[in-house]
This record gives sequence, structure tokens and C-alpha cells, in this order.
Amino acid sequence: MKQEFKVLGTRPIRPDGLDKVTGKAMFGADKSVTGMLHARILRSPHAHAEIVSIDTSKAEALAGVKAVITGDDFADVENRWSRYTMQNCMAQGRALYDGHAVAAVAAVSKTIAAEALKLIEVEYKVLSHVMDVDEAMAPGAPVLHEGVKARKLGDDVSGNTVGYYSFGHGDPEKGFAAADEVIERTFKTAAVHQGYIEPHACLADLGSDGKGELWCSTQGHYMVREVCAEILHIDASQLRVTASEIGGGFGGKTTVFIEPVALKLSQKAGKPVKLVMSREDVFRASGPTMSASMDVKIGMSKDGKITGAHAKLRYQGGAFPYQMVMMGAMSAFAAYDLEHVQAEGWDVMTNRPKMISYRAPGAPMAVYAVESVMDELCQKLELDPIDTRLLNAAKEGTKSSYGPTFKAIGLVEALEAAKAHPHYSAPLAPNTGRGVSCGFWFNFGGQVSVSMAINADGTVNLIEGNPDIGGSRASISMMAAEALGIEFDRVRTIVGDTASVGFSDVTDGSRVTFAVGIATINAAKAAIKEMCQRAAKIWEIDAEAVEWVDGAAQPTGHNAGNFPPMSLAEIAATSGKTGGPIAGHHEGAPDKAGVSFGVHLVDVEVDPETGFTAIKRYTAFQDVGKAIHPAYVEGQIQGGAVQGIGWALNEEYIYGEDGRLQNAGFLDYRIPVASDLPMIEPVIIEVPNPGHPFGVRGCGETAIVPPLAAVANGVAQAIGVRMFALPMSPPKILKAL
Amino acid sequence: MARVVIFGSLRAFTDGAGEMEIEAATTRELLKKLAARHPALAETIEAGVSLAIDGEVFKEAWFTPIGPDSEVVVIPLMVGG
Repeated sequence: MKQEFKVLGTRPIRPDGLDKVTGKAMFGADKSVTGMLHARILRSPHAHAEIVSIDTSKAEALAGVKAVITGDDFADVENRWSRYTMQNCMAQGRALYDGHAVAAVAAVSKTIAAEALKLIEVEYKVLSHVMDVDEAMAPGAPVLHEGVKARKLGDDVSGNTVGYYSFGHGDPEKGFAAADEVIERTFKTAAVHQGYIEPHACLADLGSDGKGELWCSTQGHYMVREVCAEILHIDASQLRVTASEIGGGFGGKTTVFIEPVALKLSQKAGKPVKLVMSREDVFRASGPTMSASMDVKIGMSKDGKITGAHAKLRYQGGAFPYQMVMMGAMSAFAAYDLEHVQAEGWDVMTNRPKMISYRAPGAPMAVYAVESVMDELCQKLELDPIDTRLLNAAKEGTKSSYGPTFKAIGLVEALEAAKAHPHYSAPLAPNTGRGVSCGFWFNFGGQVSVSMAINADGTVNLIEGNPDIGGSRASISMMAAEALGIEFDRVRTIVGDTASVGFSDVTDGSRVTFAVGIATINAAKAAIKEMCQRAAKIWEIDAEAVEWVDGAAQPTGHNAGNFPPMSLAEIAATSGKTGGPIAGHHEGAPDKAGVSFGVHLVDVEVDPETGFTAIKRYTAFQDVGKAIHPAYVEGQIQGGAVQGIGWALNEEYIYGEDGRLQNAGFLDYRIPVASDLPMIEPVIIEVPNPGHPFGVRGCGETAIVPPLAAVANGVAQAIGVRMFALPMSPPKILKAL
Repeated sequence: MARVVIFGSLRAFTDGAGEMEIEAATTRELLKKLAARHPALAETIEAGVSLAIDGEVFKEAWFTPIGPDSEVVVIPLMVGG
């Protein structure tokens, strides 16, 4: 039965809005303290080189320089994943990609720090490098780290192959034998950056006694605390980390790139150190996501039923071991109810910057390949693309291609909404094509802590531990208000530092509204229980005879007495006399996040003379379970679509033969801007998640999954030629024409 | 007994077994018994796995109850963006 809500589903003014538009909000680079130093990082100009020696003496002798560090300043750490993180922040022995940090300086000014970098003498012995995933995976390729090859793999792949995953059920070959049409294609996608507007930035202050303060732009300040404490061999309790306002993350701020460096410099200099990445540094040495090489084979009957499906995904994730292709292999065929399906994936190292998550990590490229072959099959068999997807769509009870059997999901509802939308039947202009694609993301739960205080004036403060990257302070306040039965503007939610509230996992996996929401509801229940007890004491009746209705305690049952309801504000006003402050808190690790599906429709116009592709119309349908604050949800859907459009049409890391990045800036790395695009129309579908009291599903990631294939399918229709590699930038389209 | 399903590439560590029955009241008990039955899986389990219990995905939740007729799918530990 559909729940009725008073606060959820409304669109209150965003609580972070005024500070952001007036410049009052404090981002990573906005924090300064008296006497702080400025840091700069020296980076490798080589894609792969042994660091024979580093002479820092001249830099250290420069007036104004207070500390210089290299990889030798960092002691080893036991956990290998933390060691990789540390060695990515500062190279030890070898530089593994163009832009890899090899030394850092802290000085009294940015100018002196930059001057000092020029005085550091590094002797390199250049080594062979490998940039392409297929070349890196081939036997004989230069191996970046020995001894990390995935278990049980044979000699047919190189030691760079650090992960292998396979999912599925049935026998795809049997399915292909039963098909009327089988299409097999190979695709490539480029590495792309998350493109957050705010570069990584921090202000670190670490004393020789191991006590420290760190201010930084991150998606998870508890993660920052734990990783930095491990790398610097200090106690987590002694390092307080505060998350700044964040100017975008999209997964790219779920690890550390500079924080251990700034802390080490601060410890060595005995002063606070500010470190801000330049945009060039961001491109060369933070993220990006993986590039991919993929084979997809799908068999289909002439009426559109998929009989068999197989995908082979090869992702490169840069210069260190990582685990991400599994998400692609799990996502590839998740939209379909299949009898015979297999998806395999290989994680591969190359001499590129260490990958980090980017919105639905691993899924967009896999789904691009699958949905492109689906489109080609529909064209060949003269089938309607939405009807064909409906015929095969996963639904409640479907055994997914990655194992679990789906609970209530909203793919069919999204497809039906797309089919019924005027966009789908609108006429197309010349040189224009219409693309369709499904998309999928898992959504996560995870660890969370919330502390709620009921103030004497009847207002509520809530502290939670996840940086707000998508409107979570608003949605959490709304859920608190709904659970307590009060107005939204009576609640203020803040993101606490690591010393203010218990541990919370990173803001990732579209988990925060779901997981912090559950913790908030439970914290509210605890506070309500206490308020009912206070009312019972005042009324001199049993606490069990009091219930909470519409923001007030009221007696219930025949023998409870006839008392008028006592509101939250009334109970709070006397709290000092009835037992002291009233609060509620909750710590937990909620699961049952509920997967999410989306369907995107796009009209593209391709200029046959220039190869330029214009997005003419875009409509995105997505099941979000329950939209707490629909405006934020629409923003998430629009933002994901735009980033996917950039991935499809323009964005790519371009390397020279020397392995050096050639487009480390927004002038040469083209992300879509507002003037490039029409209004993206979001259509919210609400199929409640049975795993959340309000039906919430995560909504932040699914929307980046469908655009790659939707745009590619539109371009294929517009030009009559199918492209098998992204991005489909104008020169590449012209070449195809 | 719960029906445990092992995802494809993990079957290399279970001598090819894709499904098995294990009697366990909680996820922790199930993982301990799974690792004991297939020692080659222990490293993967120690590194972290997710479990889909009757269609609901749980991330390293040791004390999640498992019903006698539950389907438990072992999948890799997931990370997001």
C-alpha cells in the first residue's frame, strides 16, 4: 500500500543554497590559518621510470622552505591496499605514470614552494610503459608490480591482470544455437575523469606528538582519518578530520591523493600546511575511471526474446591493483531476465594514474556495449527497441545475471513510462536519430551514525557523518521531520567531524539517503520513546499508555486518562525539569538498499559536414523508490545524464607515444556545459524499496549508466553507421562517414 | 539447510562446485563453514564478500539470520562512487 507523507515529496528551499550562492560556504581551499605553509608537489614527467636518486638539498637550502619530503619519508604499512594508496600519494622507488608524485615542498609562500620544486634533482632511469588494456594484458607486457596476478589465471595473460570475475547461469552457447540472429561486437571506451569543479584541497596540522587536525574536500572524512592514521602510524583518535563543503566528487573523492603528503609536511615543518591541487594535477594524478575493451555477443529470436548473452570485459585501472571490473560484469545484463548468460571481467594495470570510482563505477561501459548490441539486433530484426526490452525486462522474481533474485524493482514501469511519453513518438528531423538504453545500479547500505538532539525550544539538531554531496542534509532533515511529525524548518542537519559523531562509511554507492535515512528514523524513534516517557511521567500514567501521533504524545487506551496531546515543543520546553536533555541516536549498518533501474531516450542531430553531434532532446526515466526531495532527485538524474553524454561524445584521456597526458585541462578535455545541452527532462518513477521504511532507493548513480548507449544508438540511427568506440567526437564521426 | 550459490569465478576455489547446502543460523557461521569446506576460498572470504540472502544484499553483516530454506548467493564485496 502506498504510504502518505506530509514532508517527504515536497520541495523546501535547499538549506545549503544561500551559503553557496553568496560565497559563504567553505570549500577545501577556503580554509586558512595564521602561519600556515603552502605545499607543492613535484611529479614524474615519465610514464614509467626507476627513481635512481633524488637530491633535495638545494631546495631545502632555499630561504622560506620549511620542509621537503620524498617517498623515503613514509614508513611501510602492513595492509597492501593502504600501501598502494600511500605509494600513489608519493612514489617509492619507481614512478609508475606521468604525474606520479615524487617529492613535495612546504614553504612560506606558493611562489617559493614552486621555486623549490625546480631545485629538486631527480635522476630517472626510463622504463618501458604500457597504456592500452589489451596490450597490458598480453603476455610479455611490462609488468607494473610482480606477484599480484589474480589467482588461478594462466600464462595467456600477463602479470598485470590483477582480477578475474565471472557471473551468470545457464549455457550461453546453447542460447546462441537457439537464436534466429546472433550479433557479436567489440567495443572500446576511453578513460574519463569525474570532472568535479573543486580540485582536491586540504589544510593539515600534525604535531610531533601525533595529534592532528585535517580539513579537506572528501566524500568520506572517516575514511581519510583511517587511511592517513595508518600511513602516518598515528592513532585514529588523535587525528580529527573535518569535511569541507564539497564541489563535486562523483566517486573521485573516495580515496586520498594529497592528505598524507600535507600531514607529513606539517609534521616535519611543525606548522600547518595547505595543499591544493592544480587542475593539471587533478587530471594527471587523481582518478580517473577505467578505460575498457569489451566483447559482447547476444542471440535473439525473431520475436525479440534474448536466447543467450555473453560479455567479456577488460578494464584498465592504472598503476596499482584494483577491483572494479566485477561491477561491470555484474551490471552488464542486469536489466534482463535471461536463461543463458555469462559476463566475465578482467582487471588490468597500466602506466596510467590509479583509477578511482566514478558514479556507478564499472557499469556505464559494460551497459554501453550490451545496449548497443541490443539496438543493432532490434534494427536487424525490425523490432521496437522498447517493446523488445519490455519483453526481456527483469522484474520481481527474476534471477539476476549476477546471482540474487530481484525483489520489487521498477524497470518495467520505467520502460512503460518511456513508451508512453510524447518524446518516444515525436517526429524526427533530418540527420537526427533517437537512441534508447536501459541502465542499472546496485545501491548500497553500510555503516552509519546519527545523533539527534531535541532542543528546549522545540527545534531539532541532527549530526551525521557523511559529507553532503547531493542534498543529503535536506533529505535527512525531511526524514527526521516526517518521523517526528514536525515541520521541516524545525530541523537542522549538519555533517559532524570525526570527533563529533560515530563512524560512517564513505559517501558512495548512492547510500546516504538510504542508510542515513534509516539511522535518522531510528534515532527519531529513540527520541520519541523518551518523549512519550516524559509525557507519561507528567500525566502520571504508564509509558505504555502513551503513543506518538502527528508530532505529539497522546494517551491511548481506555484507562490512560483524558489528556490533551502534548507536542514535541511542549515536552522539550520542560525537559530540564523532567529528566534533562532529550536525544536519540542510532548506529548501525543497514542493508537491503534496493537496486535501481533507469531508461533514457535521446534525440541527437549529427552535422554531416563537421561530425558534430548535438543533443536535441533528452528524457530520463528512473525508479528511485521514493523521492524524498524531488528537486534534488531530478538534479541527480540530470547530472548523471550530462556526465554520460560527455563520456559518449567528447571526454577522453589522450596520451602521446611517450605515455604523457596531452590534455590535462578543461580546454582540451571537453566536458558538456549548460550551453551544449537542452533541458534534460527527468521522470521520476516510484516503486518503493521494501527494504526501507519510506521506500527509498539510492538515486545518484543509475543515471550515468544509460546515456553512453542511448547516445551511441541515436548516432547510429542518425548517420547510418555504428561506432564501436567512445567518445564519438567530431573527427571520429567524420572518419566513420 | 541453506542453499549456497557460488558466483562463477569463485568456483575455481570450490573444485567447480556452484551450489551446495550448508546448515547455518547466521552469515558468520555460514562463511566459517564455507571456508572450512573450501580452504581455497578462505582468502577471498577474509578479504570480504557480500551475501545476497533471498534476494537482499548484505555487506559483511555477520549476524544476519539465515532461514533453513534460504538461498544465499556469495558475491564480491562491492564499492561505489
